[in-house]
Amino acid sequence: MSPISRGFLGHRHSGGDPSRLPPGQHLTNGFPVLSAGPTPRTPLPEWSFTIDGVVKEAVSWRWEEFLALPAEQITVDIHCVTKWTKLDTSWRGVSLDTLLQSVETDAQYLTAWCDGGYTTNLAVDDVADGKAWVAYEYDGGPVHPEHGGPARLLVPHLYFWKSAKWVRGLRLTPVDEPGFWETYGYHNHGDPWLEQRYQGD
Amino acid sequence: MARAALPGRLNWQLGRVVDTIQQTHRAKSLVLDLPNWPGHRAGQHVDIRLTSDDGYQAQRGYSIASAPEDDGVTLTVDRLEGGEVSPYLTDVVEPGDEIEVRGPIGGYFVWDASLSGPLLLISGGSGIVPMRAMLRHWAAAHPPVQVRLLHSARSLDDVIYRDELMRLAAFDEADVRIALTRVWPEGWRGHRGRIDREFLLGAAWAAKDQPRIYVCGPTGFVEAAAAALVENGQRPETIKTERFGPTAG
Repeated sequence: MSPISRGFLGHRHSGGDPSRLPPGQHLTNGFPVLSAGPTPRTPLPEWSFTIDGVVKEAVSWRWEEFLALPAEQITVDIHCVTKWTKLDTSWRGVSLDTLLQSVETDAQYLTAWCDGGYTTNLAVDDVADGKAWVAYEYDGGPVHPEHGGPARLLVPHLYFWKSAKWVRGLRLTPVDEPGFWETYGYHNHGDPWLEQRYQGD
Repeated sequence: MARAALPGRLNWQLGRVVDTIQQTHRAKSLVLDLPNWPGHRAGQHVDIRLTSDDGYQAQRGYSIASAPEDDGVTLTVDRLEGGEVSPYLTDVVEPGDEIEVRGPIGGYFVWDASLSGPLLLISGGSGIVPMRAMLRHWAAAHPPVQVRLLHSARSLDDVIYRDELMRLAAFDEADVRIALTRVWPEGWRGHRGRIDREFLLGAAWAAKDQPRIYVCGPTGFVEAAAAALVENGQRPETIKTERFGPTAG
C-alpha cells in the first residue's frame, strides 16, 4: 500500500478515456523520442527487408517491392515504458501476417533487427493475427527518421520498445533470445496492461 | 502484507528526503535516504511514484545525479511549467517527506571507472544530470582516463551544478567546456551558440582516439549532436544517447 504523497494532487483530467490508459502511464499529445544511439539514415535504394533464420527459404524485399505489398491503415494507442501513452496514432504498413506468409517456419520466436544494431525479441504468437505491422507511414506522411523511418515495427499491444525503429528484418529463432533492452533489465515480454516494465515485474 | 522479494525484481521502496538543494531557478536536487538501496552505476535512473489522498498515482523516471560512492541517492529535477510531477518535486517536497522509488534502472547509458577512455560527455540543459553522476564517479575513483564535458545551457545561470563543475575543472583536471546559447556574460571566453559540428570538431577527441561518447539532453539537442558527431567521423556504435522530451514532467 503506497503512502500518500503530502500535497500531491495530480492531473487527473488530462483528456481521453482513462480506461485506455495502462497502469502507471499518463497521456501525451506529443511524440517523444527514445533511442540508444544516433539516428541511422539508410538511403532507400540500399534499404531491404529480410525474413530469415529458421525458415525453409529466406525472403527479402527492396523498398519498392515492400511498398507494393498489401498495406493496411492502422489506428492504435501506443504505450512507452518511460510512462507516456499516446492515443489514436495513425499508421500505414504491412501486417506481419502478410510478411510471415512468405516463409515456411515452425519457429515460435523471432528477433527484429535494425539499422544501428538494435534488436528486440518477440514471440510469433505476439505478432500474429493482426497484432503487428511494419509501418512506413505515420499520420499520412513518411515515418520521420527520429521515429524510426523509413520503416519501423509496430506492435502496439506491447511497450513501444518492442516496436523497433529502423527495422530491416525478422530472424526466426528456435528459442527466445533476449534483445537489446531485454538484456539491460527490461521485461522480456512487456505487456503494458500487466505493467511488465522490468525483469521480474 | 509483506511479500517475499522475487530474485531480480525491482521493488518499490520508500525513500526519505534528507535534503533539498536549489540548483538553478528551475532545477532542484532531492537527496534521498534509501535504506534498501542495492547500489547503482553512474548513468542509471529511477522511477518514482506519487500517490494522492484519493489513491490516484503518477510515475516518472529521473536520472540519478549522485555517484555510486556518494551517500544517499540524489535526483535533480528540472521544473517543467505545467508538468504534473516535476513542479510538485521542486515546489512542494521538503526534507522529511517520503517518496516511493524503484531502481536502479537501465544498464546501457552507464559508465564505470573500469572502462577505457577517453570519456566524452555531451549534455544539454538538465541532460547534465547523469553526466554529473559519471563525473563524480570519475573524481572518486580517479582512473587514468581523460574526461571532458561539453555542456550547453541557455545562460550561465541555467548551468546546473555550476560551482561544482568549476571546482572539478579547477582541482580535478576534468576538462569542462560550457556553451551558452542565448545569453553570455561580458568577456565570456567559452563557446557562444549551440554545440554544433564545428564546435565538436575542435572539442571532441578524434575517432582514432576511441572516445566513449555519451550524449544526453532534449531530443532536438541529442539528434543534432549525435548527427554532427557521426558526420565528423565518430563511429555510431561509440555514441550512447539518452533523450528526454517535454512530456517527461
